[in-house]
Amino acid sequence: MTWVLDHVDQLLSLSAYHLWLALLPLVLGLLIALPLGWVASRYYWARVILVPAAGLLYTIPSLALFVLMPLILGTLILDPLNVQIALTVYTVALLVRVVADALAAVPATVAAAATAMGYRPVGRFFAVDLPLALPVLLAGVRVATVSNISLVSVGSLIGVHGLGQALTEGFQRDNYAEIIAGIVLIVVLALAVDAVLVLVGRVLTPWARIGGRR
Amino acid sequence: MIEFQAVTKKYDDGTVAVDNLSLTIDAGRITVFVGPSGCGKTTSLRMINRMIDATSGTILLDGKDIRAQHPAELRRGIGYVIQHAGLFPHRTVLDNVATVPVLTGASKAVARKRAADLLERVGLPAELGKRYPAQLSGGQQQRVGVARALAADPPVLLMDEPFSAVDPIVRDGLQDELLRLQSDLGKTIVFVTHDIDEAIKLGDKVAVLRVGGRLAQYATPAELLAKPVDDFVASFVGRDRGYRALGFLSAQGVPIGPVATVALGAEVGQARAELDNGWAVVVDEAGRPLGWVSDQSLSIVEERVGRSDLVSGGSLFDVESGSLRTALDAALSSPAALGIAVDAAGAVVGGVVADTVLKALADARRTGEVPT
Repeated sequence: MTWVLDHVDQLLSLSAYHLWLALLPLVLGLLIALPLGWVASRYYWARVILVPAAGLLYTIPSLALFVLMPLILGTLILDPLNVQIALTVYTVALLVRVVADALAAVPATVAAAATAMGYRPVGRFFAVDLPLALPVLLAGVRVATVSNISLVSVGSLIGVHGLGQALTEGFQRDNYAEIIAGIVLIVVLALAVDAVLVLVGRVLTPWARIGGRR
Repeated sequence: MIEFQAVTKKYDDGTVAVDNLSLTIDAGRITVFVGPSGCGKTTSLRMINRMIDATSGTILLDGKDIRAQHPAELRRGIGYVIQHAGLFPHRTVLDNVATVPVLTGASKAVARKRAADLLERVGLPAELGKRYPAQLSGGQQQRVGVARALAADPPVLLMDEPFSAVDPIVRDGLQDELLRLQSDLGKTIVFVTHDIDEAIKLGDKVAVLRVGGRLAQYATPAELLAKPVDDFVASFVGRDRGYRALGFLSAQGVPIGPVATVALGAEVGQARAELDNGWAVVVDEAGRPLGWVSDQSLSIVEERVGRSDLVSGGSLFDVESGSLRTALDAALSSPAALGIAVDAAGAVVGGVVADTVLKALADARRTGEVPT
C-alpha cells in the first residue's frame, strides 16, 4: 500500500497513457468499420468476404501482431504506433460484423418508408439507419473497448508501456503491491470507460428504453 | 392525374410482376388497386414514386414523365403510407410527421407546428406528439403514418395496404377517417389492398388485377359489383355481391310507413295499447330509438317500461343518406321485421319493411338506374 501511495503520480500518468493507447485505436477502428460494415450489410458478396476475413484477423495472437508490426510498417520496435495500429486492426475485426448486423437489423418497412419520404442514400444512412443501429453498435463498441484496454497491457512485453508496466516491472521486482495496483487500475479503467459508454448510449437513444411492441 | 402507358415490370429471374398495364388515375379521386397476392398491385404502386423502376412503358404524373426528376425529389412530392406505418422508432411522433418538410428545407419549428396541426387533423391528441411510436397503438401509429404522408401537402398520396395490420374495428374507423379527410382534401389517392370490401368502400374507381400483373377490370365499385367482366372478377368480388350492390343505390324513393312508439318510462298498460302487430319502439325524450317492446316482453314488466325491459333492435336506416342496403338490412335485422327509419338527428320517423325495399329495387331496375 505504501508503494502505491508513493507512486500515485506514476500510476496516474501510466493510466492516462494506457487510455490513450487503447481509445485512439477504438475511434479509428470504428471509423474504418462503419463503411466496411455498411458495404457488408448492403451487398451479399461483400459480407461473404469481409465478415469471415474480420473474424480471421481477430484470431491472430496479440503478441504476435505487436511483434510483426515493425516488420510490416517499418516503424521502430519501441514505437507506440505498433500497439495502436494492431489494436485498430482488432477493433475493425470486432466491429465489421457488428456494424453489418446492426444495419441489417433496421426494419425493412422503416427503411422503405425513409426512401419513400425522399431521403437520398447517404442522408438515409445518417438520419435513419445509423441511429437505429446505435444500440447494437454500442454493445459491440463496449466489447471492443474492454478488449482494447486489456490488450494494451500486452504491449509492455514489447516495450510500449501503459499500465502493463506495473505488471512486468512488478514481476521482475517481486513487487506484489505494484502488480495488484496495475490489475486493479486496468479493471477500473475498463469499468469506467464502459460506464461512460452506457451513459452516452442512454443519452443518444432515449427511444430504445421504451418497452414497445416493435 | 397519373397515367400508366403500357407499363411492364419484369425481374431478372423472368417473373413478370406487372404486364403491359395501361390505365388513367383520376386527379382528386381515390383509385384502388386490388387483387390476390402476386398480382403486382404493390409493384404498380411503387413504380409511381420510383421505389421500383418499370422495365418498359411510361408513367406520367400530370403529363410529365416521372423519370424526368431525381427519384428523391419526386418522392418528396408524393405522400406515402406504408403497411405497419413504418414510423421511425427513434423519432418522436411530431418529428416523424415533420420528416418531409424538414427534408425540403423547412425549419424545424415551422415543420413541427405544421405536424401538430396534422396530428389534430387525423384525430390524434396533441400530447401524443412527444411520444415515441412504440408507445402508440397500431391504429394510432397508422394515423401518424397518414399525417406524415400529408405533411408536405403533396397532391398525390400512395397508400400501400395501410390498414391491413390493424384489427377490423379499428380498420373500419380508419377507413371512415380517410374518407372524411379525403372529402376535405381532395387528394389523388392510389390505394393498394387485397381486401375487396375495403376497395369497394374506399374506391371511386377500382382496378382489379390478376396474378401475373394483368388488369382484369377497371371500373367504379357499383359497376364492378353489377357487371364483373369475367369469372375471375366475379369470384374475386365474392359472395353477396347482389346484396352489396344495393349499397350504391339511394333509398330516397322507399316509402316510409308508420311505426308504433312508446316513451321510455311509460306505464305498461299504456305501452300495451300502443303496440302495432304486437311490437312498439321505445324512444327517449329526443325521439331516438332505444329498443323494442312486445306483447310477450311487456308481460313481465311490473309498472313502467325501463331500459332493462327492452328487446334490442336491429340496424337503423337514415332516411336522408341511407342506401337500399341499409334500408333492407334495417328491415331484416329488426325483431319486429320492421326497419326503423331515423332522421339525421337520430329520431324515429317511421318504419320500412323488406317488401317495399325490394319493390323500390324493382322500380330502380325498370328505370335503368341499376346497370344490368
